[in-house]
Amino acid sequence: MKLSDMPKQKFKLKHHINLFIVLGLFLIFLTFELTSGLRQSVRDLLVQIAYSAILAVSLNIVVGLLGELSLGHAGFMCVGAYIGGLIGNALWSSVPHIAALIAAMIGGGCAAAIAGLLIGIPTLRLKGDYLAITTLAFGEIVRNIFKNQAVFGKALGLSTSYYGKNLFIIAWIALFFTVLFAQNLQKSKHGRAIQAIRDSEISAKAMGVDVTYYKLVAFVLAAFFAGVAGALYAHNVTPVRDTFFKFDKSIEILVMVVLGGMGNLTGSLIAAFALTFVNVKLDVWLSGDLASIKKIVYAAILIIVVIWNNAPALRSIREKYSLMRWWTDMRERMPKPQKEEAEPPTTANWDKIPTKIPMDSIISTDISVREEEDPNASERKPEVK
Amino acid sequence: MSEYMLETRGLGITFGGLKAAQNVNLQIKPGELYGLIGPNGAGKTTIFNLLTGVYKPTAGQFFLDGNELTGKNQAAINRAGIARTFQNIRLFSNMTVIDNVLVGMGNSSDCNLAQSLFRTPFYWKSEADMRAEARDLLRIFGLDEERRTLSSALPYGKQRLLEIARALATKPKLLLLDEPAAGMNPQETAELTDTIKSIRDRFNLTVLLIEHDMNLVTGVCERLTVLNFGTVLAQGNADEVLHNPEVIRAYLGDD
Repeated sequence: MKLSDMPKQKFKLKHHINLFIVLGLFLIFLTFELTSGLRQSVRDLLVQIAYSAILAVSLNIVVGLLGELSLGHAGFMCVGAYIGGLIGNALWSSVPHIAALIAAMIGGGCAAAIAGLLIGIPTLRLKGDYLAITTLAFGEIVRNIFKNQAVFGKALGLSTSYYGKNLFIIAWIALFFTVLFAQNLQKSKHGRAIQAIRDSEISAKAMGVDVTYYKLVAFVLAAFFAGVAGALYAHNVTPVRDTFFKFDKSIEILVMVVLGGMGNLTGSLIAAFALTFVNVKLDVWLSGDLASIKKIVYAAILIIVVIWNNAPALRSIREKYSLMRWWTDMRERMPKPQKEEAEPPTTANWDKIPTKIPMDSIISTDISVREEEDPNASERKPEVK
Repeated sequence: MSEYMLETRGLGITFGGLKAAQNVNLQIKPGELYGLIGPNGAGKTTIFNLLTGVYKPTAGQFFLDGNELTGKNQAAINRAGIARTFQNIRLFSNMTVIDNVLVGMGNSSDCNLAQSLFRTPFYWKSEADMRAEARDLLRIFGLDEERRTLSSALPYGKQRLLEIARALATKPKLLLLDEPAAGMNPQETAELTDTIKSIRDRFNLTVLLIEHDMNLVTGVCERLTVLNFGTVLAQGNADEVLHNPEVIRAYLGDD
């Protein structure tokens, strides 16, 4: 196909807001790094934020788009971390480190995707609570399998190679691509089919949507990205221990997705950024004797955020003083440039055939009310007057 | 092309001891507007569920345009050319109006997963084609203005129209309408009669519909089958069937 045949797409900022958030933050930190150098703790935080966000964005595919609750996301991350770590170790001395890391990410992602396929085929017939419990069990089983293999260092963990201080650059590029693919998926026929299954499985089937296939697509893609995040983790922390991938890690990812608003990619991203930041900072601030109240403070913050988002009273206050509203008000006060409405493109010639029936009149439930409201009613039906 | 668009031979299903439908023989010609009527619980929707693969028939076979579809799954049957609407509206409620239609369009696009993820030129092309076609379809039903609203936010009448539009988006040969006039007033029903006829002509469709509203049935259907307790009570031209004493007894009871 020639490039000139490509339909023109108007570029709209709001369609790419997620990519801009990621790219913008990344460039800011990169500039700091290149000019004055970041502190190691900040670099470390950036890596953690990146893989948390990858996990949240990928889980959002299953929870938000497909509408199924998965409690085993840490299990896929676990697969990616162990397999990716192993691949990294094998290649570390023979190829450049960056190539080894990329191979580890792709290998870890693929291993997790295969795990997703294997667990998905038998379990995706289940729905709701039952699927949630099965994925929960999967996460625990996977973790224990790795824990008991000599290749992966048993309970001592798999010692991996630390990539170095520039890991955050790779991690953020990986996050960028994860967001890009998640966004592309959402606005394609595949993404629409997945969302159709979420809204009504019965009518999705009646519309010719192959439900099993699309459920697997969502599950396997989410698993792949979780595996990539795992491989990143494996090159940031050593040794890789199974205890990191416990059930509460899965819940932590789920909290990010729920807090960001299920199905809302931007929300998942922001929630992942904020929660990881809070989590890491609380570790620093509440050290020593205060460490024991960390979980309490963290939980309290979560509760406050949920109330802030959902309580009707707070909501009205927020809407009153929201920046978004200020912005739209500003735009409305500005004089608008007059634009000609472009004729919508058409392919079929159905609309050239005149419609016999006034379609809009089918809609009204009460004719008398409609005629009162419609100032053109008398013009259209002169015989009434 | 086969003589009949839809043919069922001795179609039936039993749930345990309950014979929900037995020995149903339908022969619907291409382009026909065919009605399936009967008292409540007669098995009309069961027949629809058999024809769309929701249930697997325990007896008999059915053919679409000469191809046997007995025992196929729902998605395969839809792709073979049978689309349906639902008695109780089942739209994709958290998706926009146009996305609802685009789900139906998706089957006819060859865009694969990798092309979608990498947004190749072919993806843009197929996406733009689908969108243009979906908007044409929405325009016919007067829904183009509301294409960006959530389908759950549409008024009831428009939701019913969107269900039909969504079914048409799968490019069916045979359209099954399950009580399209349910909840509509006489005026709306009269308009629906015209709509059904006009979409039959535009899309070269065969329509099988279930309906209780006799105005719609007599206005639309050329031939009828009356079901009662899962069996065929009468079959033939609309006028004859509706004056059949057996049919009147089934609806109104003895004396």
